[in-house]
Amino acid sequence: MAKGGLDAQARQGYALIAPPFLYAALVLAAPLLTILAYSFLTDGYLEVVREFTWANYVQVWTDPIVRTVMLRSLMVSALVTLVTVALAFPVAYYVSFLVRPQKKATWLFLITIPFWTSYLIRVFLWKVILGYNGVVNSSLTGLGIIDEPLTFILYNVNSIVITLAHAYAPFAILPIFVALEKIDRSLLEAGRDLGESRAMTFWRVTLPLAMPGVLAAVLIVFIPTIGDYVTPELIGGGKIPMIANLIQVQMLALDNRPLGSALAVTTMAIVAVVSIVFLLINRRFLKVRS
Amino acid sequence: MTDDRKPMIECRGVHKHYGDYHALRGIDLTIRAGEFFSLLGPSGCGKTTLLRTIAGFEDISEGAILIDEKRMDEVPANKRPTNMVFQSYAIFPHLTVAQNVAFGLRRDPRGKAEKSALVDETLALVGLRGFGNRAAHALSGGQRQRVALARALILKPKVLLLDEPLSALDRKMREQMQVELIKLQRQVGITFVLVTHDQEEALVMSDRIAVMFEGEIAQLDGPEALYARPANRRVADFIGVMNFLPARIVAEQGGGATVEVPGLGMVDLPARQISRANPDDGGPTIGFRPETMTLLGAGATHSQPRETNATIDEVVYYGDMTYYDLRLDGAAAMDGKARPVRISMRNVFGRDVQEVGTRTRLAWSPGSLVLFR
Ligand SMILES: Nc1ncnc2c1ncn2[C@@H]1O[C@H](COP(=O)(O)OP(=O)(O)OP(=O)(O)O)[C@@H](O)[C@H]1O
Ligand SMILES: [Mg+2]
Repeated sequence: MAKGGLDAQARQGYALIAPPFLYAALVLAAPLLTILAYSFLTDGYLEVVREFTWANYVQVWTDPIVRTVMLRSLMVSALVTLVTVALAFPVAYYVSFLVRPQKKATWLFLITIPFWTSYLIRVFLWKVILGYNGVVNSSLTGLGIIDEPLTFILYNVNSIVITLAHAYAPFAILPIFVALEKIDRSLLEAGRDLGESRAMTFWRVTLPLAMPGVLAAVLIVFIPTIGDYVTPELIGGGKIPMIANLIQVQMLALDNRPLGSALAVTTMAIVAVVSIVFLLINRRFLKVRS
Repeated sequence: MTDDRKPMIECRGVHKHYGDYHALRGIDLTIRAGEFFSLLGPSGCGKTTLLRTIAGFEDISEGAILIDEKRMDEVPANKRPTNMVFQSYAIFPHLTVAQNVAFGLRRDPRGKAEKSALVDETLALVGLRGFGNRAAHALSGGQRQRVALARALILKPKVLLLDEPLSALDRKMREQMQVELIKLQRQVGITFVLVTHDQEEALVMSDRIAVMFEGEIAQLDGPEALYARPANRRVADFIGVMNFLPARIVAEQGGGATVEVPGLGMVDLPARQISRANPDDGGPTIGFRPETMTLLGAGATHSQPRETNATIDEVVYYGDMTYYDLRLDGAAAMDGKARPVRISMRNVFGRDVQEVGTRTRLAWSPGSLVLFR
């Protein structure tokens, strides 16, 4: 009897998840499987030959250009992650610990304001701000602080990092904020009570307890930035491509879908490995928690 | 009896304002070294606030706090010779039991092995031998409370502050921990300051108790004095059960008074049975505890000086005790109001529980009455 009830419940559950499941299968799993299949097929100029081969992967793992771009992508997203999380932590800390409870909602609302404009427009704005005759340079020359416009802020890795760090800031702030909010304030008083200064209490209590949030922020920023396409294209001026730009070139410009697919799968694998490492680290932090 | 010990905590005219809320209104008290001291009062009366000002988590608006004869004005919480057991226990969830207990030892110059031996010893002291490697979340409420206790005691503070440490435990566990805490306090000799809103707990555990209402201390006394001679009606009402009857003062002589009480008649009361601390209580009132009067069975004799007739209105049977609500003959004589009084009788062997509606006799002594005026 109980079993019959459970079955009915299970059937209802399946019925409920069926539409989103089908949707996900259609728009997520199907393209992924297609890409995976393509990556093992042979490229026959302008068409795909249905012949199994490892050649695409061999090329991906041996080509020095791919390696350079891949390393650059990893480096840029690591840098972006570092900058974003390092800047997000103080903001999240401020909102969680120093802002009065009634005002927290307002602060969170303000933090999401950058999302009100499209990503593309924000990237263009950074171009305007950082450009050769942009806001930064004309103000600085106008004030007589510099004679020549600064060139290290546009069309290079720095400008990509600045733009991406700004774009992903809310994604980093929110998980850290949530982790900080969950910390029982009496734990901090206990830290002080047991003889530690504010700084040491932060180091020994707040930071370890905020770590799951920090690691979540790291993943949330790292995973999408490594595959970012728009920012290197616009801010980098196309001169410093990242892995997504390379995939685009292979897929569309050169019409080499198998190689493009192999690049995409390889990137996914690398991201997956990095993510798993972080998840394992997080497990360690979560281990002794309730 | 405790006056020869040196003062450990002194509060001198301590005021605390939260915005325009006046949470502490001139607290003056001295807690002596080695004392088990309780702050007792209803919810919101400022017990936690007072404890937190002693611990250094709250600044005081006015007055001074001295610990071990040193002013604490500029001393931050981490530099005070106090440790606290928080109401929520505040066990660090990311650390094991042993790491929690050793938290405060970081700057202790002793070696690692010595510290770990000390942790084991302290865990044994609170009855948690062998729990060192447990994750903090894998503990019951009572065990968490012991960890919090061990974590504070290992630092050998001069004062241990406990904020309702037993309120999260079930009754059995609470009674057991009360006894263990008393034993522990005698063993370690540290001054304990306990915050509680449970009057029974305060009476059981404390050397002295400060009863607080609305940011003020209403009475500071030992448990027996507090119970037998409450300073005013409010304290009497808060601690245990007390019957109140209106009184008319007939004559006064040398601090004592002769009063007429409807139902009890004329009574002479010496000065020590008169509390004058609460002028706005609405006229002189006689108070007595339920267990100070004896309900007599038919034909029973007694050695009490006074006897009063009464009718039983209600009987509540508790197993070991029976509570009777009585109407004293003549109690309504003064203004027509019925004034039931509650009497408790222990159900010793051979004593029958009496029935509702029975006419009965009550034996009592003027020595058990308190006059509030
Ligand atoms: N940070 C604060 N800001 C404003 N008012 C406060 C603050 N902390 C406490 N109060 C007020 O001060 C009064 C005393 O609070 P306190 O926590 O000391 O009560 P308590 O006696 O410990 O009560 P309980 O038994 O419920 O714990 C309460 O009315 C409370 O609302
Ligand atoms: Mg409290």
